[in-house]
Amino acid sequence: MSVGSFDFVPVILWTDALIFALLGVVLALVWFIRRHPHLRAPWRSVARRPMTVGAALVLVVFVFIGLLDSLHYREKLSDSLPGHPQYSVEVLSAFDALVGRLRTQQEKTYSAPLALRLYAKEFIERDGMTVRDYPRLKYGGAHLKKTDAHASDIAWRIFAGLGQGLAASLLLFGLLAAWQARRHDTAFGDWLAAWRTGHLGWPGRTLVLVLGLMLMLGAAMAHLAADYHVFGTDKVGQDVLYISLKSIRTGLVIGTLTTLVTLPLAILLGIAAGYFRGWVDDVIQYVYTVLNSIPGVLLIASAVLIVQVAIEAHPQVFDTAAARADIRLLALCLIMGVTSWTGLARLLRGESLKLRTLDYVEAARAFGVSHVRIISRHIFPNVFHLVLIAVVLDFSGLVLAEAVLSYVGVGVDPTMYSWGNMINGARLELAREPVVWWQLGAAFVFMFTLVLAANLFADGVRDAFDPRLEARR
Amino acid sequence: MFAYILRRLLYAVPILIGVNLLTFALFFVVNTPDDMARLQLGAKHVTADAIERWKVEHGYDKPLFLNTQATGSAQLTDTIFFRHSATMFVFRFGKGDDGRDIANEIRIRMGPSLAIALPVLVIGLMVNITFALLMVFFRATYLDLWGVVLCVILMSISGLFYIIAGQYFIAKLWNLLPISGFAGGINGLRFILLPVLVSVVAGIGSGSRWYRTIFLEEIGKDYVRTARAKGLSEIRVLFRHVLKNGMIPILTGVVVVLPLLFMGSLITESFFGIPGLGSYTIDAIQAQDFAVVRAMVFLGSFLYIVGLILTDISYSWVDPRVRLR
Repeated sequence: MSVGSFDFVPVILWTDALIFALLGVVLALVWFIRRHPHLRAPWRSVARRPMTVGAALVLVVFVFIGLLDSLHYREKLSDSLPGHPQYSVEVLSAFDALVGRLRTQQEKTYSAPLALRLYAKEFIERDGMTVRDYPRLKYGGAHLKKTDAHASDIAWRIFAGLGQGLAASLLLFGLLAAWQARRHDTAFGDWLAAWRTGHLGWPGRTLVLVLGLMLMLGAAMAHLAADYHVFGTDKVGQDVLYISLKSIRTGLVIGTLTTLVTLPLAILLGIAAGYFRGWVDDVIQYVYTVLNSIPGVLLIASAVLIVQVAIEAHPQVFDTAAARADIRLLALCLIMGVTSWTGLARLLRGESLKLRTLDYVEAARAFGVSHVRIISRHIFPNVFHLVLIAVVLDFSGLVLAEAVLSYVGVGVDPTMYSWGNMINGARLELAREPVVWWQLGAAFVFMFTLVLAANLFADGVRDAFDPRLEARR
Repeated sequence: MFAYILRRLLYAVPILIGVNLLTFALFFVVNTPDDMARLQLGAKHVTADAIERWKVEHGYDKPLFLNTQATGSAQLTDTIFFRHSATMFVFRFGKGDDGRDIANEIRIRMGPSLAIALPVLVIGLMVNITFALLMVFFRATYLDLWGVVLCVILMSISGLFYIIAGQYFIAKLWNLLPISGFAGGINGLRFILLPVLVSVVAGIGSGSRWYRTIFLEEIGKDYVRTARAKGLSEIRVLFRHVLKNGMIPILTGVVVVLPLLFMGSLITESFFGIPGLGSYTIDAIQAQDFAVVRAMVFLGSFLYIVGLILTDISYSWVDPRVRLR
């Protein structure tokens, strides 16, 4: 495949395929929910909560980056013979192509955030003499001739970024206001007043505020990142901002694909146990008690050790290092899914036990409706809110678990970009003198933002969907 | 009561057998001992001889289930399954790769694990309940709202950061406590303080939020309204009624984890250099010492099942409505 002079071959890793399959399922679900008013109602109530909408907006940005980072390809080598194209072993993504210089501008070793100089002394030539000093970075701030312009340059970039972000968000806000005012046939000023006092019926203030903040922050970052390493560089001189952004995909994959594995197991087995009772119930309960009784980390660790042995034993299956790391990531998701379906299954079993005695289910059975139909028409729709709540609640826990597992040494592949690996590496950096803190700090900021947004969003969804909570209010 | 406990104990046997079979399948059937030997020896030293020697050293040179070369009952007993898996039921775990007896290691290392885990549980419980009660007392005010938001924020911080930050600021920068290590007796106190503090703080977010929902559920019940109607002050209502009834789900949640305290926490122990079972396990995982990992899996499940039985018994103690038959 070629686009202009840019030759590449698309690479579809296993997790890519699953992510886009998942995206398809979500879109189909959205389409389905939109057509049914009773399914739409709780989502409307979700959309009325300011905190939830703000969190959702942040999540959308993360998901967008993650999706871009899931479009993989391999570049054609420039020196390959015509007719016999050879492709680089390095697997890149659309995100890499987009950020371009962030990936390629590699320094020699550590450098502090926004620094001009390396963090280690070297022998350099100066005025014909060899002195031992901190050398200038190859790329970070290389456009500055004199180092005393450093602070003003940074301040100017931040100022320009914030200004542009503010201008963009004001423009967007104006368009939104004009569109809304026309749609509701109100005067522009009336709509603004309603927006300001929060009488729109949807959290317009939070939406505009969060969007504006993100635009300003993003623009300032972009201005700085163009010529500096915003979060510094790591041991091999790789830009830490780039590593953190690449780690988003890993976190999202673990948070979502694991639930994708969990769901069929939990739904099928949980409902079957509660609906059929008898020996089916006994067998399923036995299985999940056994799985549950093994401490989670240990079960995951044992399974990962086993997978590691299997991967080592068959190196010929994987054509690139990325494919290998990807299989390990997928295996981790599978393992975490297999070990974590028990909680939801138990919940669904209890709920199905209750539902099967309800009049409409008994009536359906008396009419001779088949089991499959009863479950799909009457039981499953009535437990769906539990499934949804479990999915959103589990997400943040899984992202946090990745870091811990990577620290234990049973997480993602060490070559993969992930916050867990960043934290793991940061342990040694903290022992250095002077301290290298930025890798840890960046991992912390990114992970915290994602997990906090996910937690706040999950709270909103739970409050909207849990009928028990509804009754209490 | 006695009959009930006996029945529960008998019910635990098939579950432990299940755990045993599962770990056996994971460690010996999915991957043959040959694979393990190859991994342990590293790519350089793999020869057919070396693999055989490794297997003999570790006792993995027998057939899996049935030894056709032996006679009589040895056909069943002289196998990997009997030697390495079935013996776990009498807590004979064999030797780790370092040649030490695993059962003995467990006995030695239980103490340090408990020295950290028990204070964390008790202090954490008290702190979390205090915060939860405060939030419930100020419920539906901004204090409660921001309390919950603070809880969510605390929950969203990875446990690793609490440890790293605690070690960096308290131990390294301010030099208040030793960064890691362990000692027995009263000397050990200064080593224990930091890990306990860090673990308690790390648990505040999720803990107090969870207890808050429990208390809120209680406070909506009829008996609370009655208590208020007869003129009790809000504080008395909270402490005499809500706290007491809310303790039932809290205590039973605690009882489940009581036996597991022996296992310690993997991450905390490894960061703070506590010679407990948690760091033992993590070392085994990192060194791929399969015998130790298997032993810890079995021990963990055993303790979990003990916890479940204790939970049922404690239910009948704290809640007179529950009768065990």
